This record gives sequence, structure tokens and C-alpha cells, in this order.
Amino acid sequence: MRWLLLKDLQILRRSPLLVALLVVYPVVLALLIGTALSRGPGNPSIALFNEVPRQERTFDLGGSAVNADEYLPQLTRSVDVIEAGSRAEALELVERGKALAAVILPPDIADRLATGRQQPTIEVAYNGEDPVKQRFVESVVKARMADANAALSRKYEQITAGYIDMLLDGGEVTLLGRRVPILGLRASKAILDGVIARLPPGSPSRIALDQVDRFATLAIQNLGVSNDVLRSVGQPIAVRRTVIGGRRTPLDDYAVAVAAAVSLLFLTVLLAAGLLALEREEHAFARLVRGLVSKLGLLVEKVALAAACSLLVALALLVGLGLLFVELDFARLPLWLAALALGATAFAALGVALGGLAREVRAASLLAFLLSLPIAFLALVPSGSVSGLANDAIAVVCAIFPFKPTLQALDVAINDAPGTLAAPLLHLAALTAAYLAIARLALRRFA
Amino acid sequence: MPAAATSAAPAPTALTVTGLTKRYGDRVALRGVGFEAAAGELVALIGPNGAGKTTMLSILAGIQPPDAGRVSRPPREIGWVPQQPAVYSKLSVAENLRLFARLERVADPDAAVAAMLAQTGLADRAGDEVGRLSGGNRQRVNIAIGLLAAPPVLLLDEPSSSLDPRQRARLWEFVTGLAEAGTTVVYSTHDVQEAERYADRVLVLADGELLFCGTPAALQAAVGGEATGPRDFEASFVRFLHERGH
Repeated sequence: MRWLLLKDLQILRRSPLLVALLVVYPVVLALLIGTALSRGPGNPSIALFNEVPRQERTFDLGGSAVNADEYLPQLTRSVDVIEAGSRAEALELVERGKALAAVILPPDIADRLATGRQQPTIEVAYNGEDPVKQRFVESVVKARMADANAALSRKYEQITAGYIDMLLDGGEVTLLGRRVPILGLRASKAILDGVIARLPPGSPSRIALDQVDRFATLAIQNLGVSNDVLRSVGQPIAVRRTVIGGRRTPLDDYAVAVAAAVSLLFLTVLLAAGLLALEREEHAFARLVRGLVSKLGLLVEKVALAAACSLLVALALLVGLGLLFVELDFARLPLWLAALALGATAFAALGVALGGLAREVRAASLLAFLLSLPIAFLALVPSGSVSGLANDAIAVVCAIFPFKPTLQALDVAINDAPGTLAAPLLHLAALTAAYLAIARLALRRFA
Repeated sequence: MPAAATSAAPAPTALTVTGLTKRYGDRVALRGVGFEAAAGELVALIGPNGAGKTTMLSILAGIQPPDAGRVSRPPREIGWVPQQPAVYSKLSVAENLRLFARLERVADPDAAVAAMLAQTGLADRAGDEVGRLSGGNRQRVNIAIGLLAAPPVLLLDEPSSSLDPRQRARLWEFVTGLAEAGTTVVYSTHDVQEAERYADRVLVLADGELLFCGTPAALQAAVGGEATGPRDFEASFVRFLHERGH
């Protein structure tokens, strides 16, 4: 078998363009997918025209000065803002495609917020020619408006809570430039209790004052919980996040595992499929299997060579990423190697099965390519993000192809993700045996 | 000239084939075919398309097993040269020969390679990639690989089909030389003139059945020879098949 290995290495060495393509293509693809996964979507551009004159952006709210500009960041968070000089300019920016949407703040927004009697309305305009883009803009604008409303609501809650505290405990307010002391309910009740104690029992004044005292007690008790009630009105539902099972790997680290798995997939499957199909294309297969090497031996040789080559490339990719871009724990290198080796072997077994079925290098390469893309894509679809039947179909595809278990093994090995390494490795070993059996059957009609 | 024709004493039997049968589902590709070939004999296998020539050679070569019958020699003692050159085009002539010599477990691969390069006249092209050689030279490498283990029997599947007349003449010069040196050569061909010219004996196969086994002259005689009018070997062959319902 070693002579066959040496022969294949010699052939690869004499095909530098092919080897370069086989290495560069999956690595570039893997890095692109990894980058896309780790960065998420870019910020959308929004044109903003603020019609409120700068000097009128501060308004009085229950005696507190509120600057509306303080709430603009909530509206423009995670979007790239293009300041427009007029409403027409903002709309034109959207029409020309420079901005996804235009947000126009009306001139009376500060007045309306100050009085609280009329709800201010913000105008949002967007281009509806692309439904995907439109849906994206709608969700972004809705999310930003919710953030701005929540921030304003907190401000209202804060001011109202201050007044309630003053009603309870007293304080000072400024009226016409003069500071006016406010007694407060608790102090009033204490004075009232003192007066009542000095009145004779059965006195009509005492009976009347007792009624006032009971009201004061009730008011103190109820206003004491009003801050909590206000908080509930401002934010009726609070969210407590708990991760139950699954992955807790940061997205950047997960992207590294995805990049390694993708490069391993493409390189190994294409190489193994091509190497086996080449034996038939060169008419050497029949000569080899008439006693020089067994059919299973030939398959094992192709699997070993393809797996070894792709393991080296994927390992180099990981080391490069670890040294230059992300922080990886190099102490886990033995686990990386185990995951890479089993993943590469399973991919190579899939490759020889495809090579055996396709029988020609071009057909085998095309088949390997056509199959690899959807396998990788489907394995990256988050579970629960599609309907039940599609979810089941994806789960089956993920179970019968080696990409998902390879990704799980690499995630555990590289990122110490929850779960054991043994389960995906056993899965990969079973898939390797199954694909080798398919390849062996395919060789019956190979010569 | 064929080696067997010039031998003074009868040569020992090099290959005995008995009752070879091969079925592909309902179709019978070979029906109890049997023959013997002497050492140094050149045996041509002729017949119409689908007669079973390639099936028979592939069974003799050990590429596929027969459903019934036996071959006196194991595949390791039989050299096989497929119709299409089974060589690696990215490797040089010498690298191809060395690879197969090692896979054949030849005792001294380098000596076997040197001998084959000399025997096939390819010594000056030893370092050239096979993919850059002409069809004739590629076929020579193909035959050289079949001869690496010095087999007593050599099978050639339509060896001249892709060669021009000059390359064809060189090929037959080489093959008859092998037979003269004692190698039994069994070859299939569509060119019945080649069978007449180079074979000691011809085997006529049709629909998996062995219809004739004898010298080319005996085949011509079987259809009346010159007595029924002047006729070349090809015409005799066609008449022979026609008379037997093929």
C-alpha cells in the first residue's frame, strides 16, 4: 500500500495548480463563513432628519429638564446614521439606495413629550422594492423605537417616583423662583397622631381626625409600593435569561470550529473522490485489483491519504487562526487532532463512496462539490428555526453525513463546548464504516 | 513468424482452460469455453462484437471470477495488457514500471525496470511522463508492465486498436519476439487479418460459444477454402459465422 501512497503523492506533487485550488478554495470559503458567522450582519444605514431646532430640544417634564438629544443614541444604536439637512434630502437618500430608511423627527416632538397629552409621531420612510430589505428595515426600526420608548419611559418613571417620594416623605419644590417646603404624608400623620392623643376620648374632633389619620395611613401604605407598580407599567415583562444545555461557546470561537470543519469537508471529500475516480480514469484499477492490492486496501489507501492531507491543512488553519486572530487553547491540541482525524477519515470515506459511484474524476468532483455545499449549509441551520418537518429532515441529513458530528467534535475539542467528545467521534467512526461499505459495493461496477 | 510453427518438437502446454461459463443476470456471456495453449504459442481470439472476448480475457486475467470452469494458472502467473493503456499519465515511464514491479513484488524491481526499458526500446524515454508519449509508446509501456513479472502467459486485449500502421507493425514485431522467447500470447482482435498473419491458432467466439479452435488455414478450409472460389481470410471468417447462424 505504501507504494500506492507514494504514487498518489507523486501525482499530487506534479499537479500544483490542482493542489493549490484544493487547499486555497476550502480555506478561503471556511474563513468567509467563519467571518460571516462571527461578525453577524453589518449596520444598516439610516438617514435622519431632526426637525426640532437645537435650542428647543430640552423640555420641562414635571420640573425636570429633559434633553431629547440624550435619547437619540437609543434610536440610532447599531445603525449607521446619515444626517440629512431636510426631509426631502432624507427621502432622496433612501430613493438613491444610500440609506435603507429615513427617520424624520417632527418639530413638535419635544412639546408633545413635555405635555404628555398627545403622543408624538416619528415618520419612517423606506424603499419597498426589496421585500427582504423592507422586512429587515422594519424590524430594525421597530427595535430601535422600542429602545427609545423604553428609555423615555424610564425617565418618566424616575420623575414620577420622585414626586411620590416627596408626597410620602416631604421635601422642597421651586415655585415662581421660591423654594417651598412640602411636609409629606408621614410627617403629617405624625403631627396628626400627636394632636389626636391630646384630645379627650369621644371628642367629635377626635372622631373626625381619626378618619383623616386612617386615610393618611392607607395612603402611606399604598404609595409605598407605587414605585414597584410604576416600574411594572414601564416594563411589564422582565426577562431572565437561562441557557439550558446546548452550546455556550462564544460566536467567534464557534466560527473557528465551523471554519475548520468546512475546510476539512471540501478538501477531503474532493480529494478522496478524485483520487479513487482517477484509478478508473487511468484504467489502472483493473490492473491493481487483479491480485496486486485488494479493493478494500485500495479504498483504505485513498481514505488515509485524503484524510492525512486535509488534516494537515485544517491543523495549519487552526494554528494560524490561533496565532493571529483568536485566542485558542493550544493545550487542547491532542483533542483537536482526535476530532480532525476522525472527521477527516469520515469525510474521506464519504469521498471514496462518491468516487466509486461517479467513476469519473470530473463527475466525482462535481458530485462531491454539489453534495458538500448543502451538507454544510443544512448543518449550520439552527435547530428550531424551521418548521417541524423541515427540522426533522435536516436532523436526518445531519445524522447521515459527517459534517455535523465533525463540527460538534471540533467545538468540544477546540472550545471546550458542553458535551463529550466521545459521542461525535463514535458517530464519525460509524459513518466511516458505512461509507466504506458503500464504496466497496460501488467498486463492483467500477472496472 | 509464429513461434509454434517453427518449433521442431511439440511445446509443453502453458495454459489449460476448461468449461468457462459466465452469466450476467439472464444473459450468458460465456458457455463452457475451453482450450489449451502451448508455450510460445500465439493464440488469437476473434469474433463479432459482444461475442465474449473481453469477458474471457478478464476471467483469464483474474479480474472477474467465472461462474463455472477453471483456468490452470493463477492470475499472478498471467500477464495482462488491457485494451486502454493502464498507466499513470503523470508518472514517468520508469516510475510506472517501478511502481508495478514493486506491487508485483518482483525480486529486483530496478533490474526488471531496466530490462523492460531495454526490451521495449523505451530506455531513452524512461524519464518522460507517460502522458506526453505517443499512443504507440504508451502501448509499449502498457505491455512492458504486463511483462514485468516475466509471466509465462501474456494476455493482450485488442493491443493494436489505437495504433497507426507503423506502430502496429512494431508492436507485432515485439509480440512475436516474445512468443519466440517462449511466452504464450493470447490476444483478442477485431482485425481478422492480424489473426491470420500473426496467430498460430485462432479461437472463434460468438454469443459466448467457442465455434472454432484451429489454425487460420483450418478455418478457411472449414468453409470450403479456395474450392468455393477465391476468398481472403476475412471473407472466410464472415462466411464461417454466417454458416453457423451468426
